[in-house]
Amino acid sequence: MTSDTPRPAPGAPKQRGRVRRRLNSALRMFAALVFAGGIYAIVAPGGAQGAAPLTPAAEAGKALYDQSCISCHGANAQGVAGRGPSLIGVGSAAVEFQVETGRMPAARQEAQAGRKPPLYTNDQARQLGAFIQELGGGPQLPEGEDYASKGDIARGGELYRINCSSCHAFSGGGGALSSGKYAPTLEPATDRQIYAAMLTGPQNMPVFGDNELSPQDKFDIIAYVQNLKTDADPGGWGLGRFGPVTEGLAIFLVGVVALVFASLWIAGKS
Amino acid sequence: MKRRKLDFKALPGKAAQEVDTRLPVATPLRSMLNKVFPDHWSFLLGEIALFSFIILLLTGTFLALFFEPSMQEVHYNGSYLPLQGVQMSRAYETALDLSFDVRGGLIMRQMHHWSALLFMAAIVVHMFRIFMTGAFRKPRELNWIIGLSMFWLGFTEGFAGYSLPDDALSGTGLRIASAIMLSIPVIGSWVTTSLFGGEFPGEIILSRLYILHVFLLPLILLGLVTVHLALVFIQKHTQWPGPGRTEKNVVGERFVPRYTIKQAGFFMLVFAVIALMGGLFQINPIWLFGPYEAAVVSAGSQPDWYVMFLDGSTRLMPAWDIRVFGYNIPPLFWPTVVLPGILTILPMAYPWIERRWKKDYASHNLLQRPRDVPDRTGLAAMAFAFYMVLTISGGNDIVADKFHISLNAMTWAGRVGLLVLPPLAYYFARRLMLGLQQHDREVLAHGVETGIIKRLPDGRFVEVHQPLVEPDAHGHTDLPYVGWTVPKKMNRLGALGPAVRGFFRPIEQPAPPAQQPEKREEITTGPH
Repeated sequence: MTSDTPRPAPGAPKQRGRVRRRLNSALRMFAALVFAGGIYAIVAPGGAQGAAPLTPAAEAGKALYDQSCISCHGANAQGVAGRGPSLIGVGSAAVEFQVETGRMPAARQEAQAGRKPPLYTNDQARQLGAFIQELGGGPQLPEGEDYASKGDIARGGELYRINCSSCHAFSGGGGALSSGKYAPTLEPATDRQIYAAMLTGPQNMPVFGDNELSPQDKFDIIAYVQNLKTDADPGGWGLGRFGPVTEGLAIFLVGVVALVFASLWIAGKS
Repeated sequence: MKRRKLDFKALPGKAAQEVDTRLPVATPLRSMLNKVFPDHWSFLLGEIALFSFIILLLTGTFLALFFEPSMQEVHYNGSYLPLQGVQMSRAYETALDLSFDVRGGLIMRQMHHWSALLFMAAIVVHMFRIFMTGAFRKPRELNWIIGLSMFWLGFTEGFAGYSLPDDALSGTGLRIASAIMLSIPVIGSWVTTSLFGGEFPGEIILSRLYILHVFLLPLILLGLVTVHLALVFIQKHTQWPGPGRTEKNVVGERFVPRYTIKQAGFFMLVFAVIALMGGLFQINPIWLFGPYEAAVVSAGSQPDWYVMFLDGSTRLMPAWDIRVFGYNIPPLFWPTVVLPGILTILPMAYPWIERRWKKDYASHNLLQRPRDVPDRTGLAAMAFAFYMVLTISGGNDIVADKFHISLNAMTWAGRVGLLVLPPLAYYFARRLMLGLQQHDREVLAHGVETGIIKRLPDGRFVEVHQPLVEPDAHGHTDLPYVGWTVPKKMNRLGALGPAVRGFFRPIEQPAPPAQQPEKREEITTGPH
């Protein structure tokens, strides 16, 4: 900067003028800042929240946030256009779901971020969740790890079939949606993850808030889904529980092939 | 007391004598039991369908003892815990009881379902065999039509059975069926309301489907199977051309005992495969689908494989509303009513179409190899490609999901594939058949390729051919093609030692090596 300003000719009055000029601009700057700050203090809502100090967990979460999330969600989780949405109000439930299942940090921009090996431990995910929760509030998960035991399997089955099976399929194996989007399999999902998914509606999933499905309804559904996974197939190998598609494949690959060989064996060949 | 000596060896003959003096059956039976059937593996594909049908009747009878097609609302109280207390129809409850509380019920249900799939699969494979070998030609057009009718009857029978358990999958299928019926112009709503007794689902449909499934359709099928087999008896089975085989005779095995014993063995094998599949592979887990409710439509709801092609045609059909005389014809009408109509009438008329096309009005008892009629084999490949594209499209959401393809891309691939692949299949199959024909003629003219390359004194390389008969002055043999396998390998000519017979392991000992003379004169290069 200084090199750009024209070099003053040697002489005392010019020197004094420069000091005054600098003092002036500093004063103007100070006045402008005070003015802007004053307006902000009047216009900005709340103000108390920002001032409250973060809990230690949120503090740790902020450190992680500044490392991995900030580039797409912005310095204050306000979102960056074309990269990532605002996280204000998503709540710790959404953060824990996205981070615990490895969906966030996302590998790339695509139709849908898929489950992958998580970058952070569950504890770190909860720290991140705490940070976002304290920053903007939003839905939170109930205490504890085991929701399935609080639910009624049969009632959960009814709710699952009506609310979930049209995308996740009768088996929980998932299904296709339009244009490369999909409902993922529920096989690796934990109780907390299923609850969080219903509560926050990640990716293309609709939100099932507490008005649609009460917390008890959610526990019931989780009980049914977890039971579905451990439930042995009484009829033998389940063929992936895909329904009639694999059954049709099996009758040709096993039944027809075996019997064509049998007829080759029992009858003349040429 | 003098003991009467019982001659066991004379017993069957005596018993037969006793029967024959009362019922004169010996003369008609003799000609029947001595009936000769040609023997070839491809003639047994229809038998797979016949035997699965028998197994369907047996297992179906067992299921009927426990199943109740009632739509009365009940609360489940059986041993499958995840459905405890759930409201469902009596039909679904009895289907669940069959699966969990009736001893042996689940394997019976699964065997019934697997044999239904096998029945339809065998019908389709058998139909391809009949088509590609020209077995439908005069005088057997009627049997071809009966066979096609049995495919559609089996299709309906299978769909009725699929709808009976009243689980969510059954109900979804029925809902689609009612929509298809509704799409028929003019009569659609009348047909639907009279079948369902009002609005879908009503309370009567299961009882009606039940009578259809356990009585009416099996009876018609049984009648058609009888006529189908009787016609094979009367018109005689077709046979492949070959030494000693003409249009007027049948070379093969007698009905009794050899053919019957073989078929009994084959029945056991079919039964074994179905029992194995019923015991090892789970099919249609109705307890996972839950009871039918109109709001429940699971992802991955598909019909059984033989209906899947119509599901596929529905998925591929663009949503075109066509107005005729001011009335709207729903797009569903074209892929689910018009298409099956064409797919019924066209194959039924094919024997007559081919007669005019090929100008062949004669009767035929000898089969044609697929390569000998490239046009027809091309058509078969074309039909196969068409059917495959539709069937895969019927499950395109599963394919899209499991192979991470966009569902929209699958639909468009199906639309393009349906128009592009069948002509390509026709072209390639036809060229392949012409190539095979040409190679047959080549062997007949020049002999079998030996794989021995000879260098001539002038430096040329030629392959040594083994002529099938003594060649003429130019090294050519003038053998006619008789419509049967031409030997392509040296050991087919017996040149590489006798081939040992047997399928999995030799059933005869190889010939002992020729005795070497005790002493041989040593051949040397001579004294140095």
